[in-house]
Amino acid sequence: MNLLDILLILPAAGFLLTLFLPKDNPGLIRNFVFGVSVVTFVFSLLLIGPVLASPGRLALEGNSSWIEYPAIRYHVALDGLSLWLVILSTFLTPIVTLVSWKYIQNRVKEFYAFLLALLLGVLGVFIAQDLFLFFVFWEISLVPMYFLVGIWGHDKRIYAALKFFLYTMAGSALMLVAIIYLYNKSGTFDIPLLLDMMAKGRLVLTGAESNWLFLAFFLAFAIKVPLFPLHTWLPDAHGEAPTAGSVMLASVLLKLGTYGLVRICLPLFPGAARDNANWIIVLAIAGIIYGALVAMVQPNMKRLVAYSSVSHLGFVVLGIFTFTQVGLDGAVYQMLNHGISTGALFILVGMLYERRHSLEISDFGGVATAAPWLTTMFVITTLASVGLPLLNNFVGEFLILQAAVQVNFYYAAFAAIGVILSAVYMLWMVQRVFYGETPETVKHHMPDMSTREWAIIVPLIALMVWMGIGTQSFLPPISANSTQLLQVMKQPAPPSAVQAAKESVHAR
Amino acid sequence: MHQLWLIPALPLAGFLLNGIFGRKLSKAAINAVAIGSVLLSFLWVVKTLMGLGSLEEVYVERYFTWIQSGFVNVGFDFAVDRLSAVMLMVVTGIGLLIHIYAAGYMAHEGGYYRFFAYLNLFMFFMLILVLAANYLVLFVGWEGVGLCSYLLIGFYFLKKSAGDAGKKAFVVNRIGDFGFSLAMFLIMVNFGSLDFGTVFAKAVPMANETSAGVLTLICLLLLLGAAGKSAQVPLYVWLPDAMEGPTPVSALIHAATMVTAGVYMVARSAALFNHAPIAMEVVAYVGLITAVMAATIGLTQYDLKKVFAYSTVSQLGYMFLALGTGAYSAGIYHVMTHAFFKALLFLGAGSVIHALSGEQDLRMMGGLRKKIPVTFAVLFCASVAIAGVPPFAGYYSKDAILLAAHAHHPWMYWVGVVTAGMTAFYVFRAFFLCFFGTYRGQAHPHESPLVMTAPLMVLAALSLGGGYFLNVPHYLEPLFGGEHAAHDETLVLISVGAGLLGIALAALFYVVKPGLADGLARAFSWPYKLFYNKYFVDEAYDAVIVHPLRDGSSSVLWKGVDARIIDGAVNGTGSLMRAIGGGLREMQSGYIRRYAAWVVLGSVAIIAVVSFWGGVK
Repeated sequence: MNLLDILLILPAAGFLLTLFLPKDNPGLIRNFVFGVSVVTFVFSLLLIGPVLASPGRLALEGNSSWIEYPAIRYHVALDGLSLWLVILSTFLTPIVTLVSWKYIQNRVKEFYAFLLALLLGVLGVFIAQDLFLFFVFWEISLVPMYFLVGIWGHDKRIYAALKFFLYTMAGSALMLVAIIYLYNKSGTFDIPLLLDMMAKGRLVLTGAESNWLFLAFFLAFAIKVPLFPLHTWLPDAHGEAPTAGSVMLASVLLKLGTYGLVRICLPLFPGAARDNANWIIVLAIAGIIYGALVAMVQPNMKRLVAYSSVSHLGFVVLGIFTFTQVGLDGAVYQMLNHGISTGALFILVGMLYERRHSLEISDFGGVATAAPWLTTMFVITTLASVGLPLLNNFVGEFLILQAAVQVNFYYAAFAAIGVILSAVYMLWMVQRVFYGETPETVKHHMPDMSTREWAIIVPLIALMVWMGIGTQSFLPPISANSTQLLQVMKQPAPPSAVQAAKESVHAR
Repeated sequence: MHQLWLIPALPLAGFLLNGIFGRKLSKAAINAVAIGSVLLSFLWVVKTLMGLGSLEEVYVERYFTWIQSGFVNVGFDFAVDRLSAVMLMVVTGIGLLIHIYAAGYMAHEGGYYRFFAYLNLFMFFMLILVLAANYLVLFVGWEGVGLCSYLLIGFYFLKKSAGDAGKKAFVVNRIGDFGFSLAMFLIMVNFGSLDFGTVFAKAVPMANETSAGVLTLICLLLLLGAAGKSAQVPLYVWLPDAMEGPTPVSALIHAATMVTAGVYMVARSAALFNHAPIAMEVVAYVGLITAVMAATIGLTQYDLKKVFAYSTVSQLGYMFLALGTGAYSAGIYHVMTHAFFKALLFLGAGSVIHALSGEQDLRMMGGLRKKIPVTFAVLFCASVAIAGVPPFAGYYSKDAILLAAHAHHPWMYWVGVVTAGMTAFYVFRAFFLCFFGTYRGQAHPHESPLVMTAPLMVLAALSLGGGYFLNVPHYLEPLFGGEHAAHDETLVLISVGAGLLGIALAALFYVVKPGLADGLARAFSWPYKLFYNKYFVDEAYDAVIVHPLRDGSSSVLWKGVDARIIDGAVNGTGSLMRAIGGGLREMQSGYIRRYAAWVVLGSVAIIAVVSFWGGVK
């Protein structure tokens, strides 16, 4: 059995077993799911070796037939692009189970079962090499998140969950159409095979075809990212989701969108990607500034962080569409960074919520006096988020902006405004929540960090520092993959093969 | 290997120890860690510099690859040359004195360990800044000192004004960093490296850009960064507010070291600036405008620390004037002498404030010379030094700058001379208001303890003799060449005369005829109000930038674009669908279980369609 099969089986089996656990023993459920997620995480670390051993290529491939006709294959593999995203997902799952330990008190069993289902879905997306398999996992990841928001969310949870679901479904529908069109044209869902057919000229898409297919995929991914102006589901979903939901949503689910762009849009439709790059970059930069400006005026902490995500993800899209080594490396690195630091921000906001039962900034103040360590952790995370050097986000932003300058100086100049604004909105929140005199309402409800909370936050802070300084631990496999991708994008179909393909079409 | 990394690592260790365990440590232990780490760092600097000898060549230590991606390859490297040697001595030396002083000054303050942890962290980043062998590592220190500045300005975070001031400093510096980082990206693209050695070696043979080109752009962006950090027009507004921080912080960060980082960075980039004469001219103008503007404001302020803050802005302007005229070594010379006398002015001011139990208003002082004689004496040393009275420290460096300005454009010299007169005036105005006349406050003044006065005395000695004994321009000659300006006795006499005239006028206004100043202020009420209200620059920024940005984001973007337009369209599409699909109303039942059923059914249907479609083919 392939290591990747086990990677999927662990959360899947955990999910099924959880359903059979007694409902009236929440402690057992928590411990069980925590155990499963830790095992999955530790197991996922075994994947690093094989991927590092084959830089720029697919590792740990597993390929067997799933449905005979149409030819849907269970084709999974891992490379430098997906490796760290897989580990990010497995790393965050035990953390969010700890986060929910006290927070979730009703329907404990369903909640934890959904967490594992969610993990299964996102892992599947990150390792699928077959477009249909990719789509199936994509949809699987959608459902648990819908319920996490809809059942355990705040007051407007139903509206938020529905909005999230419909938005994403609209994108998914387009993606499905595109996938089926590609299948009709080529007879396969297999991504490496499609690439190979294109390279050899056995599959030729006209400019218009390529453009429409690109746009269909792009729209599905852009909604997920979310790219301005398709972002309005995000503040609602984050604002209403329970902490664990917000963390998984921001840290992992949004990455499905940017991952899709790199995994599918760029290699399959390089020409269309280049043709559309300019307006996409403009939207990405608009999102960077727009998200930051709107974050600046949010009265609600979670919504503030949600809008900051719009801004941060704009950087990722910008990096991707520079089509440069540096930009792609930075974009992928920034996906991970955002997962760590924004995840940590949502967790810390959740800790504040559990104490004060409010997310409104105006309900806080003077937390620093009451809970100095919680404040310290929040400030460090804030600094990571605003891109302070030696912490993780800086590296991603640096690479992305560097690549932007390579392409067009003005892209970088406008995008860098977002870096200024990030300091404005984050420090404004920090000041109003943590500094000043401590009101009575805060003073008596603000114990400092508990042991469980330390266990949650320390690994995240450690990663912020590690990823900020020891970039060499993470970047090489990402770089190898970007090099490979750019090679694929450059490769024009051999003219003779194009000719041959056209003739064969005519002959038919 | 000289283990340069130890220089910043020692204060970092101090930061970690005090930051993590400080709450449980005694004050003596905190002092030992904080001061001890800086002392060791200082000693390590001395040992290293002695080991390196005359430093004819740059000495580089490479540690590890920090970021490697495509053509970007940045190492975590340190280097020492004569320029960084001067800065290292100033930073660790003055830093050590201020740490010692702070142990006395902060003795009765809450958050003692936190204060020293931040101060050590500052030393760590400042030393990284000075030791950096490439722009990115310099940027690490650059951002890091900005962070510490933010934390220390906001040290008294219970006060809203302190939090506001800290945030303002951080954000304004971010605007500067915007420029710095863009400059870095351009350097990377155009030179293929961020390494000082590589970049400057490639820059030297380049032609001078007589019309604006990429080098000019790079230098102007670097200047924007420097203007943020070193409080130059138009980004100087954060520094006066930064006085919310404890006084040792004002001395160390906002006078002696961090704010000179911009001067250091421009001097470090001399090889680039030399080829961008347009940018150089801008640097000189920015410096001159800043020097004059801040000096005029300084004339009218009543908060002792604010007077010195505007003085710092003004003196930094002088340094930029020096840089802009190509007299880099004069600029660095002034960095050093300024570090001596301005640190002393602030620490002396701190001693006064300490004596008066927190009073900072000059109108509530007076006649203190008998009550706090040591403070009086050291502040006198600092005042004559900054006023440019020969043979004290400020005289040498200011003269070097003014002569260079004269060689560049004679009118710049004259503006500089007038500013020098104003400088002498406002410093002695504060001095006389504080120490002469009769005491106007209610506190019971007492002299500060030895732990505070001892560092003051060392700084007083440096303020008096530092200019004469430490000939920085000569030491830096291999880097920047000799000074081009000829030594002109007349020009020197005029500028010294301006300083003495300023002192005399201050004595006339505030000692001999105390009513005169108020009469003059009334007679020239229009300019007086302009100066007193700091040219209304803060108000203008608020009205033109801050408020429109905030209000626009709230009412136009958030409540307009997001809520009305985008969500309006989304909800509108939703309603439209609902209207069309009246028969499918069952689907929108609001029951989650039913939605789940639809999802499953939908998926089945999709798979069925696909199978069918595929099958047909």
